[in-house]
Amino acid sequence: MTSTTPPPVPALSPTAAGPAGAPPAVEVPAVEVRGVDQVFPVAGGGQTVALSGIDLTVAPGEFVSLIGPSGCGKSTLLRVVGDLLTPTRGEVRVFGQEAGEARRAQTYGIAFQQAGLLEWRTVAGNIELPLQVHGVKKKERRERARELLELVGLADFAGHWPAQLSGGMQQRVAIARALAERPRLLLLDEPFGALDEMTRERMQAELARIRHETGTTVILVTHSIPEAVFLSDRVAVMSPRPGRITQLIEVDLPGRLGPPGESGDAPSTDDAPSADDVREQAAFFAAVTAVREALRAGGPT
Amino acid sequence: MTAVVAPIVLGAAVVGLWELFVKANDIKPYLLPAPSAIWAQFRRSFDLILDAAWVTGLNALVGLLVGLVLGLLAALVAARSRIADGMLGPIAAAMNAIPIIALAPLLNTMFSATSSVPRRMVVAIVVFFPVFVNTARGLRQVSPVQRELMRSLNAGPGAFARMVQLPGALPYFFTGFRLASSLAIIAAVVAEYFGGRQNGLGSRIASAAASSGYPRAWAFVIAACLIGILVYLVAGLLEWLATPWRRAGSAAGRRRRPPAVPALAAAPATAPAMAMAPATGVAPATDDASAPWTASRDG
Ligand SMILES: Nc1ncnc2c1ncn2[C@@H]1O[C@H](COP(=O)(O)OP(=O)(O)O)[C@@H](O)[C@H]1O
Ligand SMILES: [Mg+2]
Repeated sequence: MTSTTPPPVPALSPTAAGPAGAPPAVEVPAVEVRGVDQVFPVAGGGQTVALSGIDLTVAPGEFVSLIGPSGCGKSTLLRVVGDLLTPTRGEVRVFGQEAGEARRAQTYGIAFQQAGLLEWRTVAGNIELPLQVHGVKKKERRERARELLELVGLADFAGHWPAQLSGGMQQRVAIARALAERPRLLLLDEPFGALDEMTRERMQAELARIRHETGTTVILVTHSIPEAVFLSDRVAVMSPRPGRITQLIEVDLPGRLGPPGESGDAPSTDDAPSADDVREQAAFFAAVTAVREALRAGGPT
Repeated sequence: MTAVVAPIVLGAAVVGLWELFVKANDIKPYLLPAPSAIWAQFRRSFDLILDAAWVTGLNALVGLLVGLVLGLLAALVAARSRIADGMLGPIAAAMNAIPIIALAPLLNTMFSATSSVPRRMVVAIVVFFPVFVNTARGLRQVSPVQRELMRSLNAGPGAFARMVQLPGALPYFFTGFRLASSLAIIAAVVAEYFGGRQNGLGSRIASAAASSGYPRAWAFVIAACLIGILVYLVAGLLEWLATPWRRAGSAAGRRRRPPAVPALAAAPATAPAMAMAPATGVAPATDDASAPWTASRDG
C-alpha cells in the first residue's frame, strides 16, 4: 500500500539510546507543531478560530496530555497532528516527516471518543482491520489480534460482536486496533470519556502499562485533570477559544510506570507501585493543583 | 415461543369467528363466503391453484430479482457521485408517486398478448424503488468516526467501500428487500387483472369472481397470500443469514434496525384496493377482498 518503508520501530529502545550516553538533544522529535492556526468557516459568513499559534514539541516516548475546556480545540489539534485536518497556517511534522507523509506511512494509531468499531466485524476482525487494509496475510493478522486481545485483557472475546460488549470493552478494542500496527505514535481523543469512574481508572492503569511495555509516544486528549496527571510526562493546558497552549506542566511522579527503561523499570510490572499508590502521593495532588490553577488562569470554563 | 404460538392462536380464532359469523347471519357468498366453503374449493381446485401459483410466483420472482439488481446498482451509482444522486433521487421519488400498476395495460399493449414480460416489468419497477431508496440511504450512512478511521489508515476508495460502506448498508438493503418482496407478489397478481395470458392467480381470481364463483376466487386469494408469506419469510431468512451481527444476543444489536422509508407504506395499500374494484365488480366485496393483502404485507 505504502511506498515508503516505515523507519525501524524504536519501540523498546529507551530515549537516550545513543552510544555511551550521547546527548539526546539532536534526536528528531516525535511530533513538532509550529505556529498552527485552524480557522473554520461558519455558516452565515463568520468564522471560528479553533486554534491560534499552537507550538508543541513531543519527544519520542513521551506521554503528553492536552487538557482544556470543551470546545477549546483539543480534538482539532489532535486531528491536525494526524493529518485528518489540514491546518489553515503552520506546520506539523511527525518523526521528521510532514504530517501527510507520516499518515501514509502508518506512523500513528488513533482512537476516538466513540470507539467507532465496525459492528459487522467481530472483535478480532475489528483489531485486524488496519492490518487487512494494508494487505497483511490472514494468519499473521489472527496472530497479532490474539496478542493484542491478550494485551487489553479481552482474550476470551475474539469472536464476539461489538454490540455484545460494554462501552469499556469496546473502547479497549479500539485501543487495541490503534496499536495493531505497532505505531510509534498513539493519538487518543478522550478514549475513556464515556466510562464510569472505576472502569476509567482501570483503563488508565492499563494504558500506562501498555505505554510502558511498548514505548510508544502518546498524545492524549482529556478533560479529566487526574487522568492527565496520572498518565502524562507533560500536560499541555489550553485556553478557551481561540485555543492556545497557555502552560506546559511537567509531571514527575516517583515510582510511576514510565517509558520503558525509565523510573518504573522493574523487570516485571508486578512489583511496580500500584496505581492507587501513585494516585495517593503528595506529588500527584501537587500536580493536580498546578493543572487546575493553570486551567483557571486560562479563563472561565 | 409465544412469537410463533400467539399469531397462530389469533389466526385460528379469527377464522373460527368468521365461520360462526357467516353461518349465524346467513351471509351471501358474494358478500363473504365461509372459510369452510373456501377450503373446500381450495382442495377441489388444488392442481389448478398450484399451476396458477407457479406462474404468478415465477413472474414475481423474476421481476423481484431484476428490480433488486437494478435498485442495487442505481444505489451504488448514486452513492458514488453527487450528480447521479441528484438526478436519481427525484426520479425515484417521482416514480414512487405514480401508481406503477396503472402502467400495466400500457405495457401489455407493447408486447404480444401471451408475453409474461410486461407483468415482470411491472414487478421490477415496483421493486426498484424501495430497494434503491433504502440501499442508497444505507450507503450514505457511514459515521464520521469510521470515515476518519479509514482515512487515518490511508485506505483507498475500494477498501472503504468493501470494508465499511457496503457492510454498513446491508441492513438498509434488507429493509428495502423485505418491503420489495411483499410488493412483488401484490404487483404480480394485480398486473394480471389488466389482460395478458389468463393463467396466473390474478387472472383466476378475476374470472372466478366474474362467474360468481366467490369461494373459488377466495381460494386463489388464499394461495396468493401463502406465496406472499413464503417470499417474505425467505427474505427474512436471507437477512438473518447475511447479517449475523444483528442477531447476536444483546438488545443493542436489535435496536438498530433501520427504519423503512415511510412513503412506501402507503403505496401497496392503494394498489390492490384500486385494482380489485373492477375485477370483482361487486362493490361491497372490495374492502374485504383487500384485507388479506394487508395481512400478508405486514407479515
Ligand atoms: N469541522 C468543523 N467545522 C466547523 N467548526 C468546527 C469543526 N471542528 C471543530 N469545530 C469548532 O472548533 C472548536 C473546537 O472544537 P474541538 O476541537 O472539537 O474542541 P474540543 O475537542 O476541545 O472540545 C469548536 O468551537 C468547534 O465547534
Ligand atoms: Mg473533543
